[in-house]
Amino acid sequence: METKQDNKIPSPIDQQVPSEVPAIELKGITKRFGSVVANNAIDLTLNKGEILSLLGENGSGKTTLMNMLSGIYYPDEGEIFVNGSKVEIRSPKDAFDLRIGMIHQHFKLVDVFTAAENIVLGLPGERGKLDKNAVAKAVREIADRYGFEIDPNQKVYDMSVSQKQTVEIVKVLYRGADILILDEPTAVLTPQETDKLFAVMKNMKKDGKAIIIITHKLHEVLAVSDRVAVLRKGQYIGDVPTSQASQQSLTDMMVGHAVSLNIDRPMADSLKERLRVEHLTVKNKEGVKKLSDVSFTAYGGEILGIAGIAGSGQKELLESIAGIQHVEEGGNITYIDPQGKGIHLEGMDPLDIIRKGILLSFVPEDRFGMGLVGGMNITQNVMLRSYRKGAGPMLDQQTPRKLADKIVNDLEVVTPDINRTPLRRLSGGNVQKVLVGREIEQSPTVLMTAYAVRGLDINTSYTIYNLLTQQKMQGVAVIYVGEDLDVLLELCDRILVLCGGQVSGIVDGRSITKEQVGLMMTKVGGGE
Amino acid sequence: MHISKRDGIATWKAWLIRLIAVLIALVVAGFVIMMVGSMRGVSLNPIKVYMSMADGAFGTSSSWMITKMRSWITIRDCMILTCIAIGLAPAFKMRFWNIGAEGQMLVGAIGAAFCMINLAGKVPTPVLFLCMVVFAILAGAFWGFIPGFFKARWNTNETLFTLMMNYIAIQLTSFCVALWEYPPGSNSVGTINGAGKPNTYIGWIGNLFKKGFDDDYMIVVLIVLFLAALMYIYLRYTKQGYEIAVVGESENTARYSGIRVPYVYMRTMAISGAICGFAGFLAVSAVSRTISIDTAGGRGFTAIIVAWLAKMNPFVMIGISALLTFMSKGAIQIASDFGLNEYVSQIITGIILFFILGCEFFLNYQVHFGKQKQ
Amino acid sequence: MNGFVSFLTSLPSLFQSGVIFGTVILFGALGEILTEKSGNLNLGVPGIMYLGGIAGLASTFYYENLLCHRLNIAPNPVLCIIICLAATFLAAACGGLIYSFLTISLRTNQNVTGLTLTIFGSGIGNFFGGSLNTLAGGVGQVNVKVTSELFRAFSTDLVKTVDGWTAKLGFGLGTMLFSYGFLTYFAILLAIFLWWFFKKTRYGLSLRAVGENTATADAAGINVTKYKYLATCIGAGVSGFGGTYYVMNYIKGTWENQGTIEALGWLAVALVIFATWKPLRAIWGSYLFGMLYWAFFYIGGLTRSSQELFKMLPYVVTIFVLLFVALRKRKEDQPPMSLGLPYFREER
Repeated sequence: METKQDNKIPSPIDQQVPSEVPAIELKGITKRFGSVVANNAIDLTLNKGEILSLLGENGSGKTTLMNMLSGIYYPDEGEIFVNGSKVEIRSPKDAFDLRIGMIHQHFKLVDVFTAAENIVLGLPGERGKLDKNAVAKAVREIADRYGFEIDPNQKVYDMSVSQKQTVEIVKVLYRGADILILDEPTAVLTPQETDKLFAVMKNMKKDGKAIIIITHKLHEVLAVSDRVAVLRKGQYIGDVPTSQASQQSLTDMMVGHAVSLNIDRPMADSLKERLRVEHLTVKNKEGVKKLSDVSFTAYGGEILGIAGIAGSGQKELLESIAGIQHVEEGGNITYIDPQGKGIHLEGMDPLDIIRKGILLSFVPEDRFGMGLVGGMNITQNVMLRSYRKGAGPMLDQQTPRKLADKIVNDLEVVTPDINRTPLRRLSGGNVQKVLVGREIEQSPTVLMTAYAVRGLDINTSYTIYNLLTQQKMQGVAVIYVGEDLDVLLELCDRILVLCGGQVSGIVDGRSITKEQVGLMMTKVGGGE
Repeated sequence: MHISKRDGIATWKAWLIRLIAVLIALVVAGFVIMMVGSMRGVSLNPIKVYMSMADGAFGTSSSWMITKMRSWITIRDCMILTCIAIGLAPAFKMRFWNIGAEGQMLVGAIGAAFCMINLAGKVPTPVLFLCMVVFAILAGAFWGFIPGFFKARWNTNETLFTLMMNYIAIQLTSFCVALWEYPPGSNSVGTINGAGKPNTYIGWIGNLFKKGFDDDYMIVVLIVLFLAALMYIYLRYTKQGYEIAVVGESENTARYSGIRVPYVYMRTMAISGAICGFAGFLAVSAVSRTISIDTAGGRGFTAIIVAWLAKMNPFVMIGISALLTFMSKGAIQIASDFGLNEYVSQIITGIILFFILGCEFFLNYQVHFGKQKQ
Repeated sequence: MNGFVSFLTSLPSLFQSGVIFGTVILFGALGEILTEKSGNLNLGVPGIMYLGGIAGLASTFYYENLLCHRLNIAPNPVLCIIICLAATFLAAACGGLIYSFLTISLRTNQNVTGLTLTIFGSGIGNFFGGSLNTLAGGVGQVNVKVTSELFRAFSTDLVKTVDGWTAKLGFGLGTMLFSYGFLTYFAILLAIFLWWFFKKTRYGLSLRAVGENTATADAAGINVTKYKYLATCIGAGVSGFGGTYYVMNYIKGTWENQGTIEALGWLAVALVIFATWKPLRAIWGSYLFGMLYWAFFYIGGLTRSSQELFKMLPYVVTIFVLLFVALRKRKEDQPPMSLGLPYFREER
């Protein structure tokens, strides 16, 4: 079933609805994933010709809420009104028919196509003809109208991230969207590119478009939006006109008052230097710096928290220590073994690290993408790090099986059958217990964890916190990359704050306030 | 209608579905044979057709001598097909599409035939056998290693690469056939060390223990069963087998755990090629005692399907190979009994494989009819 | 040196042989390019070419030798060609339909399904081909003389005229270029059409998107299943013409079962890689492959064994292209990104 699509660019005059009717009104929207409430009874309005910032920490439910507008999710409860009338949005096509367009963080573009080809993809066109010049002309018109810079004939694979983003936005406009939702558009942009994007957004606003921008960068909120709505842990906290907001007031709304979690934080008797990182710089495949000149030391007997907005270089930092990332010349990663001897890790691959007997454990962020094998059972996953042990070509299955039993018993992993059920079929919490359990059972001297409690329920999260604290008390240097500031503040002895691949500061976990960390996350040094 | 992925399925259910698929396939194949027969003016009764097939594979309605011989030949051919599939198992476990078994088998056969022709009578027979096996294995391993190396180094598409290697091997075989042609002008190598020639029966595997006895099928069966057990153990109980499984599931996890992925690619492909090369040795030494481009005869391709359907389990491969060998032997018999031609076996094999392949869908997915739940 | 000179003088003749085999390969490859653009890697091309070839032969055999014979009328030339081409296309497209149903609807593995289709198709082809031979009283006896001649007909006037112009060059350009049956030129037109379709139409754009990035195409509202089915079935139909061309133009309306169609079918798969999925490049690539196939015949001083080594050339060249493409990393030369991958929207 295909309905005819109208792809001419509408002008504001087309709108017959009086302007005081909001473009979008959400009433009591609730969305649950299993037992987790991602959005709880949220009310939100978006007016025409307005830029609304949707602000909140990672996991506060911003993207989930917007996905219900773009037809990816369907709300469990609540109503959506577009231009005053109640609507049902069940698919991206429904959203598009309502002239709602969302620009996702992960672009949906065909690499070998030109910008113009991507923009018209899937549209019927005139008798199936693909008139590239006409499309290019229409694209240029849109570009001129809003101040984009775009070459319709450039191939996507030749484009920078910001150019790809431009294509996505033009694609949505070309299809006639009046309501645009941008999901963290600036996360991948340089400051200059961000400025350009904001200029374009302001032009679109002038043209009568309504725009929602999801972000957690406070200075951007202040720079571009008319109004700010804040979400926290799935709850709608409130909204405020940008003119009346400050970084401080927004931070307060976003992070809320410090919540006491009652995580036990004992002091270790003595601290021992375990890992020293100096002037670490990492570039990604495209040659973009993901970490620049990072230096710190991790001590046995403490938990070093790493805070920062998602994508500030956390992943690269841990992976380069684990030997998976290529490290630029001039950076040093020194592991100090129990005898006090320093071993340089830079230039080693994971096998070298294992062969040197370096006791380094790593709980990576994407469990099944790296760290675990979804199709294998618990025992087979437990032996992933240790299967080389023992002479001869045969696999020792007995020791890992016992270890698997131990982990299952100690951490109360729920599984139908240790030796048969593939890991993929366990719940997220149980999977994470297996991963953390395995890494701890290696008796490491340095234990790195990335988002170790992401997607886990409260009880499992506490189990993990306790395990990490136990490790710390046994003299292990624990590195904890986290996203929940409340946890970081109660769990960690020291907190290293990353901002855009740089160390924004290293602070004492016991004396720092949530607001201070929040500011450091958005601005190197955190100063006003 | 709504389709969703299954979380898993009880083993008995899975086998029941497969059994049903095979049965439907047999019925459909029976119909096709009937149809074909009626087009040719031969009226065929499906039951009779399958009895005829059983006769072709096991000589059920023939004398004891023929029964014994046909059964042995069927079993031997089944074992050789299994042997190739065993060779493919490690590559497929690693999710490496080795379509090149045909070529790996042929170069193995060339290696074995080379030794048989050039070394027979010059070295003691056990040494000759050792040479044949080693040459066959090395040639096959080399043929497998090349695409493995290029995949590891430059990420070339292995499906297309191994496919091309087959045809290079076929031409190489034609080259050797022309080189070793005997008698001249026959455009074939003829039976190597056959009766009445110098070095009679040397290099024939049946002649390994008893001189002059050339039909010791049991040796092939034992060797392949041994290989099946070995591969089963290799994949399930060795460190290398574990590495192969991890690389197949997730390259990133493999790197994380210190597995050097390119090295595993090359090693596994060499092993895979080596076993296919060994199958080439069996085909020369135990079956044809000659070499031609038909030495592999498409079995390298059929084995891909066998290995895939058996989910890389060597013992299941024996069962599937047995079914396919039975069908093709049987079809040849139908052809001669009812005046059809032998290509009917390929038609039937194709139909059965289509059904077995298709039924996997019902093992992995659930089909819900009616209204979709939100 | 002598060998080289004789090679040069035999070039026109080599070219002619190359074009004939090349056209068989070209049809196979064009169909496969269309199929692969939708993300389906169909290794059943040889089987499909068998299906097409036997359907073309059997249908005209029945029309020309049985029906017309019984009614005692002369075969109608137009009908001969229509029947032959329609039967070819339908039979080959049915092969594609089996493949599509299994891989797209039942999500079976593409490699395995394609190989099975090759087994099945060559079985069907050789079985019925063999039966036709028996029916006609022996190998080489099946003769659809009228149809085969129609397929091979060309304008002798045109050839002579052009030959006359180029007589001074020492070879006949007319013979080289215009002495082939109409399907030869149809293949070239088809290649140009496909190029136009991929580059200049929205349907072509959508199809390429399906093969490159299925999820993106799906999100853009393209009916992925429909495109995959259509591309695969029509692609198979096109590949089928390769079989018929071989049967009608090369072995002149007879049947042989020496596996040449299969060998040419695999060359067609190789040619897709060689042409880096571009229809226009497939045109000259196919003639090059055809000439490489026959090169041994025209190079003097080769022993029979070294001739066999020469026949490797198309495959070796293809491997080099594969390597070159992987090394050069030019995006336009890469296989469609989703080639060989199953697509299930709800896959997480």
